[in-house]
Amino acid sequence: MNTALRDPELQAMVGVVVGVLLAGSIAGAVLRRTVKGESGARTVANLVARVRAWWLMVAIFLGALALGRGGAVALYGVISFLALREFISVFNTRFADHRTLFWCFFVAVPAQYWLVYDGWYGLWSIFIPVYAFLFVPIRSALRGDSRDFLARCAKIQWGLMACVFCLSHAPALLDLRIPGYEGESAKLLFLLVMICQLSDVMQYVCGKLFGRRKIAPNLSPSKTWEGFVGGVAVTTGIGAALWWATPFAPWQAAAFALLICLLGFAGGLVMSAIKRDAGIKDWGDLIGGHGGMLDRIDSLCFATPVFYHLVRWGFTG
Amino acid sequence: MIAGVIRLITGATARWVGCAPEAKQRIYFANHVSNLDFPVIWASLPRELRRRARPIGARDYWQPGPVRRFLATRVFNAILIDRTGFTAANNPLVAMEAALAEGSSLIIFPEGKRAREDEDNPFKPGLWHLAKKRPDVELIPVHLANLNRILPKGEVVLVPLLASVTFGEPIAPLAGEDKPTFLDRAQRAVADLAER
Repeated sequence: MNTALRDPELQAMVGVVVGVLLAGSIAGAVLRRTVKGESGARTVANLVARVRAWWLMVAIFLGALALGRGGAVALYGVISFLALREFISVFNTRFADHRTLFWCFFVAVPAQYWLVYDGWYGLWSIFIPVYAFLFVPIRSALRGDSRDFLARCAKIQWGLMACVFCLSHAPALLDLRIPGYEGESAKLLFLLVMICQLSDVMQYVCGKLFGRRKIAPNLSPSKTWEGFVGGVAVTTGIGAALWWATPFAPWQAAAFALLICLLGFAGGLVMSAIKRDAGIKDWGDLIGGHGGMLDRIDSLCFATPVFYHLVRWGFTG
Repeated sequence: MIAGVIRLITGATARWVGCAPEAKQRIYFANHVSNLDFPVIWASLPRELRRRARPIGARDYWQPGPVRRFLATRVFNAILIDRTGFTAANNPLVAMEAALAEGSSLIIFPEGKRAREDEDNPFKPGLWHLAKKRPDVELIPVHLANLNRILPKGEVVLVPLLASVTFGEPIAPLAGEDKPTFLDRAQRAVADLAER
């Protein structure tokens, strides 16, 4: 087993996550027996499905971490591939984009993650914003179909940026060399993902309990001010309380947690707007109770690159 | 297992919006845009229905290569028909009626060939003749989405997008309805499923 999972601080956090999931499973089992009414039963069934999916996602994530950098890079590569697939599937591209898309899926995605694995920061950090960005319109233009040309290219470029480029910063966290924190950066990746997901869950829970005023009824009817403020406050508190597992001072840990929550919220909101635009409710049905892969990682897409660059800028030697 | 591989590659999800996946004798008719079309419909049927469903394929495409021939005859249990040079002996309707007579369901593409982008091929009359001959068999419109983007006509490489297969309400010729009107209505029933 890789050293990452032998880290007692990481083990402690994993223990807490497993405890929370156990509580969720027990709560689901109890609620299933006591719930009344049809809409209540549907909410509980969704809760049970979500918790079950969480167990699986946590297991896959920890399994990848146990395999070390290669495992993390491979996992995120697969996630990016599936997310890009969901993203491109809902938008119209044309016959002229067929080869462009072939290159995106089978060359750009593996190449980006191979560069991350290789640790070639100077290239992976510009590969998609520069080279893929230019490649997409060139390859499509070669087929000579101008109908909706800019919209078609923009959708492909957007998909590559959000689903592949932004997300690929996550395994790159493992390469950051922070003085006094060498070999421990798996915890940063774990914390980023945990805070992001916890923020989603807490906003959902607080919204269900106290939600009244909608933030953006046209984009995402389930987002409320009460859920947002409550979820972000709770998650920021938890993030700050975990400062001992990070290279940060407590106030810095709180600030990072708050930043991740806010960007995660923004990511969810933007992706909701895109879904509305495309006329869909969920990106897919890959993950039971949650929707598609993109429904689960939309917040990570936005939080990951900013977190990566702030840590890299402020804390690496 | 092959059905599982097809579903994995195309991410095909079956949506039964107008009928249930019941073991009735049926003719599934769909829009045709890709060589993956009939494998995908075949794979998205539940196992019991799949065993009794026979896709109709073009002999000129599925016969020549050994792999294709194996898939068509052994795996999909397809009925291969000629697309040109009809005679009384090779009339495709004869083979289809024989398959219906032995209790099979059919998967057919009444456009007769794959449509390219922005291309519109009207339905051929076979569907009408089958409907008239066998009014007891349900005609189910099926809409295939995104397969024209996964493997369009004129392309050799796959793009791994998510396909969907939508099964609509059964239709039948109305009393006094003539052939062109019915075929037109059947084609629209398929197209309308795109919005469901």
